Amino acid sequence: MYNAPRFETRFTAGVSAGIKSRRKARAAAWLTAGLAAAALAGPAGAAAPAAPGAEVIHWWTSGGESAAVKQVAQAYRAAGGVWVDTAIAGGDQSRAVTINRIVGGNPPTAAQFNTSKQFVDVIEEGMLNNVDDIARAQNWDKLLPEPIVNVIKVNGHYYAVPLNIHMQAWIWYSKAAFQKAGIAKEPATVDEFFAALDKLKAAGIVPLAHGGQSWQETVLFTAMLSNLGGRDLYLKVLRDRDPKALASPAFRNVLAAYKRLQSYVDPRSPGRNWNDATAMVISGKAGMQIMGDWAKGEFIAAKQVPGQQFGCIAGLAPNSPYLMQGDVFVFPKTDNADAVRAQKLLANVVVAPNTQLAFSKLKGSVPVRQDVDAAQLDVCAQKGLAILKDRTRHLGISEVYLTPDQNGAMQDVLTAFWNTSMTVDKAQKNIAAALRN
Amino acid sequence: MAVTVLVAYLGTVLWTFRVSLTSSRTFASDKFIGAAQYTRLFDNERWMLSLHNLAIYGLLFILACIVIGFLLAVFIDQNVVGEGMLRTVFLYPYAMSFVATGLVWQWLLTPGTGIDSVVQKLGFPDFSFDWIVDQDMAIYTVVIATVWQFSGLVMALMLAGLRGIDGDIWKAARLDGIPVWRVYLAIVLPMMKATVATVFLLLATTVAKLFDVVVAMTGGGPGTASEVPAKFIMDHLFLRSNIGLASAGAVMLLIPVIALLAPYAYARSRRSRA
Repeated sequence: MYNAPRFETRFTAGVSAGIKSRRKARAAAWLTAGLAAAALAGPAGAAAPAAPGAEVIHWWTSGGESAAVKQVAQAYRAAGGVWVDTAIAGGDQSRAVTINRIVGGNPPTAAQFNTSKQFVDVIEEGMLNNVDDIARAQNWDKLLPEPIVNVIKVNGHYYAVPLNIHMQAWIWYSKAAFQKAGIAKEPATVDEFFAALDKLKAAGIVPLAHGGQSWQETVLFTAMLSNLGGRDLYLKVLRDRDPKALASPAFRNVLAAYKRLQSYVDPRSPGRNWNDATAMVISGKAGMQIMGDWAKGEFIAAKQVPGQQFGCIAGLAPNSPYLMQGDVFVFPKTDNADAVRAQKLLANVVVAPNTQLAFSKLKGSVPVRQDVDAAQLDVCAQKGLAILKDRTRHLGISEVYLTPDQNGAMQDVLTAFWNTSMTVDKAQKNIAAALRN
Repeated sequence: MAVTVLVAYLGTVLWTFRVSLTSSRTFASDKFIGAAQYTRLFDNERWMLSLHNLAIYGLLFILACIVIGFLLAVFIDQNVVGEGMLRTVFLYPYAMSFVATGLVWQWLLTPGTGIDSVVQKLGFPDFSFDWIVDQDMAIYTVVIATVWQFSGLVMALMLAGLRGIDGDIWKAARLDGIPVWRVYLAIVLPMMKATVATVFLLLATTVAKLFDVVVAMTGGGPGTASEVPAKFIMDHLFLRSNIGLASAGAVMLLIPVIALLAPYAYARSRRSRA
């Protein structure tokens, strides 16, 4: 409830839990266990060590989320570890607890963060163990998408294990609403997208379902920035914070298009949760919603099938960027040999392809790795995985490039611009000022 | 007692002030940067808007609570039937947490589910009450919710004050033929100066703390329309990993509280010495 929960309340239960997948995950876990045992059978291998216990702090508390994390826990147990679950509702609270416990000298074995700069200060204070040996063994430099490497590799060392990739700027649409409005094919350019919105409006349907919370407005903004501005402008604005790009007419166009979206939103949107907006698309009251792939869980919970009752558009250009975010585990610094052993085992379990696949199937995301059996995923996730094969389409969300503080300052400007009569020029100036610090 | 005050209150205040002069982010740092955080704070439109909102809110909230609380107390003081029950009803909201109040009122005020849909169903289809999603009106919905919660407490304090007034004064006023409302305004109210001061102090500190009800009701929205300083500080402390800027905000928030409390403490110390 408090301030734009990142993931925690975005998910609700109802992703079809697969017993089948669980069985597969278990088999995979045994395999990993073998590997891990082999890795551990060094000089210390002679004495039979006690099962490594890992206390893991995370904020996966909703139905679908906890079903997903159970897959990881099961895989870890199957690999011979003892999983101690510390679930804390709310990402902000969870992260605060993690940081307080690290500072207080009683760190958990592992803790969840988002794939972002949330934990960069913790790394710089030297409070995390690195996972370089796993990264080297699996060649993460080549295997992982660049935006993920960007945030988990600091000064040449890897400090987090990525679990999944969410894409933030999917366009979800109701096939029934499209039919009623006479939209024959799904929009493939920004112009067609606005034309479709106009047609929906003319048909008396809410064109764009929107939850009026500042983080959701930032989602719309990054969608416009990536689709209209393209990869170069996106990186110049969010990564380089380049004053010239921020003052450019191209960026002004992006802001104007973002504001234009507001004219397609119903007046009751302020304060609405993202899933209530999704419900409007599910019922056909609204035509489209721009939201991350966690929204898929809502459609599936309402017994709708991707590609049949609703469709998903990954971008409005043939090479539109894939805006990545996701979850990682970090491992707080410790000299305790048992704890280090538990950390290594968990890291190995998390990156195993089958753990990743089992987790993502329930979470709505896609695995970080390409070498998974894509046939097990739904149509939309398969679309996403196919796009991920092209590394030039990899981009991070704003939090990947900006510190929480810079991102928040930009978010304040965007939401004020969206909700008031602020001019485009003033918004452009204010964003440049927000990103200067 | 003295140790707790010195360490827990004064100590943390000084520590906060120190942090506000540094470039601290997630962790407190020792890199002093002078007043830069304060400059940044007052360059920040959201902070300025927060102060503006707090001023509007504070004025309306204190005024409405005192007026309504006093009127309720006067009403109950007329030896009404069922006084005990009415007192409980009026005081009850105060027993609720701000978060619960915020949620209840958010639900009542949300267009389509709350008051506005009930009135529409009662046969006024054109009625609309959408302040909570209105840029210019959102902060007033916060005033409504908190006044609802606090006026019962003000009533209880005022009632105690009223009951403390000597009955002979009423008799004398009646003999002189002074209308009742004038007795309240010109005689009783001035005699209750101490009660009113206590009420004012309680309400003023509540204003400075205003946070949870905003979070529960509007989340500071729509946009940034109902942002308040305490929420700005919490956001920067926990979400935005900038404890330097948050501390600067906290120090700025402390100043009006001290400005309010200092004369009060001074007056009390003089009275106790006399």
